[in-house]
Amino acid sequence: MIINHPLLGPRDSAEFVYLGAAALMDRPDPETASAEDWHDYAYLRDNPAGPHRELWFHEGGDRSILIVTRDTTTHEITGVELAREVASK
Amino acid sequence: MHDLTPITALGGSAARVDSVGDVTLTEVPDVALASVAARRGHEGVCAQTLESVLGTAAPSPGHAAEGAEYAAFWTGPDQWMLSADFNGYEDIAARIKSEVGDTASVTEQTDAWVCFDLVGPHINAVLELLCNVDLAGFQTGRATRTSIHHLGCYVISTDAGQSVRILGPRASAGSLHHAIITVMASAL
Repeated sequence: MIINHPLLGPRDSAEFVYLGAAALMDRPDPETASAEDWHDYAYLRDNPAGPHRELWFHEGGDRSILIVTRDTTTHEITGVELAREVASK
Repeated sequence: MHDLTPITALGGSAARVDSVGDVTLTEVPDVALASVAARRGHEGVCAQTLESVLGTAAPSPGHAAEGAEYAAFWTGPDQWMLSADFNGYEDIAARIKSEVGDTASVTEQTDAWVCFDLVGPHINAVLELLCNVDLAGFQTGRATRTSIHHLGCYVISTDAGQSVRILGPRASAGSLHHAIITVMASAL
């Protein structure tokens, strides 16, 4: 599987570490979150058969974290973004 | 006063040189290194400061640049590694920090890395066995991080197909050296 890094171009997926669903970026606010919010954040995941937004860490490269949109049934990758840019939007 | 004997990363009193065929692997002990990471909101100012320090633009993703005093390569978004001759720039981190001020975090890296120059007409035969760098696009001035022998290393193309510089973790200098000369013997 090849991931098309937005800065570095096509890179082998062996250089990356999978970090889970991109929803993990939306961490509850520690000031206001309830125990239930933390439970949902820590344990509840969608399990889609189809496009899935997920975090891939470029451990063997520039160490940026990417948001990869991958079809879980075919492994087709339809989108790659830098997580830092998504987070700053 | 302590009377300490300086040794290279491979433990010798002089830099190690190994040749296989017409390719030579040379340990380069006299490199001062510092990493520069721009702080959030100061990326533009930091890059401008680096441009004046280097005398050329701070390298873009996947690239290296060489100035009169310092050389630099890109290590990540808004992050660079700067290098200079150890003789005269032993205090590289303090020098760079005095330039970039609060726009960036600077970390001394000199003794964290072992540096090798791999030079010769058939280095691509060695590199394609060592790592997964896309050699067709690895023109002079490109730089990337890759895995060599399960070690995260930086590879810098100083003369495409003829010369690369390899920076690897110093604590694994012996393993990295072993990996490279084993591949040289195999590939050449």
